[in-house]
Amino acid sequence: MTLKTEHFVLNLGPLHPSTHGVFRLRATLDGEVIVDIEPVIGYLHRGIEKLAEGCTYKQNIPFTDRLDYLASMSNNLPYVMAVEKLAEINVPERAEYLRVIMVELQRIVSHIIAVGTFVQDLGAFGTPLLYMFREREKILDLFEMVCGQRLTYNYMRFGGVSHDIPDEFLPALAKFVDRMPGFIDEYDQLLAENEILLARTKGVGILPKDLAINISASGPVLRASGVKWDIRKADPYSVYDRFEFDIPTGSISDAYDRYRVRIEEMRQCVRILRQAMEQLPKGKVLTEVPLKLRPPAGEVYAHIEAPKGELGFYLVSDNSDKPYRFHVRAPSLINLTALRQMLIGWKLADAIIVFGSIDICLGEVDR
Amino acid sequence: MAILSTNPNSFSQLAVLPPDWPGNFWLHWVVFTVIILAFVLNTALIFIWLERRALGRFQVRLGPNRVGPFGLLQPIADVLKLLTKEDMIPAKGDKLVFWLAPLVAFVPVLMIFAVIPFQSGALLADLNIGILYVVAISSVAAVGVFMAGWASNNKYSLIGAMRDVAMLISYEIPIVLSIVGVVLITGSLSLTEIVGAQRDIPFILLQPLGFLIFFIGSLAESNRTPFDLVEADSELVAGYHIEYSGMKFATLFLAEYAEVIAMSALMTTLFLGGWQGPLLPPIIWFLIKVFAVFLFIVWIRSTIPRMRIDQVMAFAWKFLLPLALINLLITSLQVVFWPEASPWLIVFLNLVAMVVLVLSWSRFFRLGGERIEV
Repeated sequence: MTLKTEHFVLNLGPLHPSTHGVFRLRATLDGEVIVDIEPVIGYLHRGIEKLAEGCTYKQNIPFTDRLDYLASMSNNLPYVMAVEKLAEINVPERAEYLRVIMVELQRIVSHIIAVGTFVQDLGAFGTPLLYMFREREKILDLFEMVCGQRLTYNYMRFGGVSHDIPDEFLPALAKFVDRMPGFIDEYDQLLAENEILLARTKGVGILPKDLAINISASGPVLRASGVKWDIRKADPYSVYDRFEFDIPTGSISDAYDRYRVRIEEMRQCVRILRQAMEQLPKGKVLTEVPLKLRPPAGEVYAHIEAPKGELGFYLVSDNSDKPYRFHVRAPSLINLTALRQMLIGWKLADAIIVFGSIDICLGEVDR
Repeated sequence: MAILSTNPNSFSQLAVLPPDWPGNFWLHWVVFTVIILAFVLNTALIFIWLERRALGRFQVRLGPNRVGPFGLLQPIADVLKLLTKEDMIPAKGDKLVFWLAPLVAFVPVLMIFAVIPFQSGALLADLNIGILYVVAISSVAAVGVFMAGWASNNKYSLIGAMRDVAMLISYEIPIVLSIVGVVLITGSLSLTEIVGAQRDIPFILLQPLGFLIFFIGSLAESNRTPFDLVEADSELVAGYHIEYSGMKFATLFLAEYAEVIAMSALMTTLFLGGWQGPLLPPIIWFLIKVFAVFLFIVWIRSTIPRMRIDQVMAFAWKFLLPLALINLLITSLQVVFWPEASPWLIVFLNLVAMVVLVLSWSRFFRLGGERIEV
């Protein structure tokens, strides 16, 4: 008797514990081995780009919160930067520093979630994730102090930020910045030399350098492939040219490198926060901007190094109070495009961790 | 103490009762069946509560604390909830197999307890082939798991069930080989005699490598982290019991916990000296040891990630199996050629052998796993 085997199709998602949202992977499996995999996106499409065309420039700021809802501060920034560029609005220096502080805190939050859920996908039952969420709570408390919100902040405005920081913010931030390196060391102790974590992630899901550049990947995914590309250094925006920090890169561009790059970037965030706190000038935080802003006709693109990669906003203005076109260059979506090449030939369990190591946010992928 | 029968077929031999227990054969049978059922069900409830509280502490949170003092009644509330849940059967599932699977998974695990001595003479049947019976009967539970996975007509559950069977076949061998070391020293398969042989030194010291292999193997057998890929929640959502709800799910869940209890009790009996200990009554010692083993398992669960299926297989065949064979060789040489040696010398030798073997073997062994060309 001859036995014959068949490939079978397994739908991972759209509702699946490890897709971090509503995302579907159509995996064709040969036993446990992935023969083919096809990402299916669009389950969280809300038409934000089209909605934004019907709202005034200022009304669009809360929409950007809802793109990458795990890093709302970093989403506000490129949009207000784009509009400021278009309407030639000056930003007070104190506001620039506050923006940098918020965005760097946000980067820590986003990386905490990225690393935490990545290890959760590896099967470490909650412990690393919850240790990391302990620090995330502290940062969210800081955000709450500043703008009253814990998830969708809506903090940045054209020409500055909505509120100045309260008096108790800087001492709380200083305390956090002092303690954070110790916490990062704690994560490292828990994870970095774990034999099973190394065996599961080393060499898995390799994204070669040339492929990473060809798909125009960005952020930790690109840097883990060994490309030293960080918009904070390559095209300094805001006041980033005044800070000293390194760009951590990986070597063999596997899931482990992406994890390492994120951990190292958290340390660099703390460095930037320290310098920003020292240099923080006094003064006002918001320039007066007309309520109904009508930027001159034209187009503009502004980008920042968001936690997940290059986040850019492309705006076209027709001199009305609403944008004619509102386009988001979402790093999550673009980093996701090489998923198939990274996964074929690996096991089903690897699909989950490679997907987790890319660190996407579905709000941003589907918009 | 029961006289060991050389003929396992003669059922009436079981009627020879331990002298310190009253009643006749059938009374003994009924009393102990009730005791075992009560023990397994209650310990499972306590284990569930203990695991959730301990995990909470490990994960800088509180754990259940709403129902009853310290959340003690939480498992009971959970069971009540499960009892009142709608009982779903997948439309295209195999209904009979689906219905049978929880029972097939639970009953064999329950049967393991028939030969586990809670204290001297306090056991349902002191079989002279006790440990062989345990090995045989504990494998049957995997049939129930596979039935559950197959009958659900769900791809996740099928993958989970396949993984369970593959793991069972691989890990049974090192487990049995590590048990053989204990049996060689004791010269008996009866669990009561094995405990009795540990009066001076528990076998965890005489057989450190054997204990290590048995412990890892039983983690795999009872599907605990890092071998929990049968129900890997981040990959297979819930694995083989994904389609189960209500009381059927509760039974599968119970079977899983009963298996952990059984494995903890077996480790206590085979390696930790069973009911023996100073000062406290024997049954208390037995429970302390079982709970200590279980807490250690929970600690592991909260600390380390899951392995991949090919790594799990490689670990069984390339790491545990050779070490188990070497351990067996060392033990048999000691038993045959050096039976009068001081046990503490043997303890020292075996500890050194374990450290050297594990370290040198792990130098050449990599969990690894490579991309497969498709």
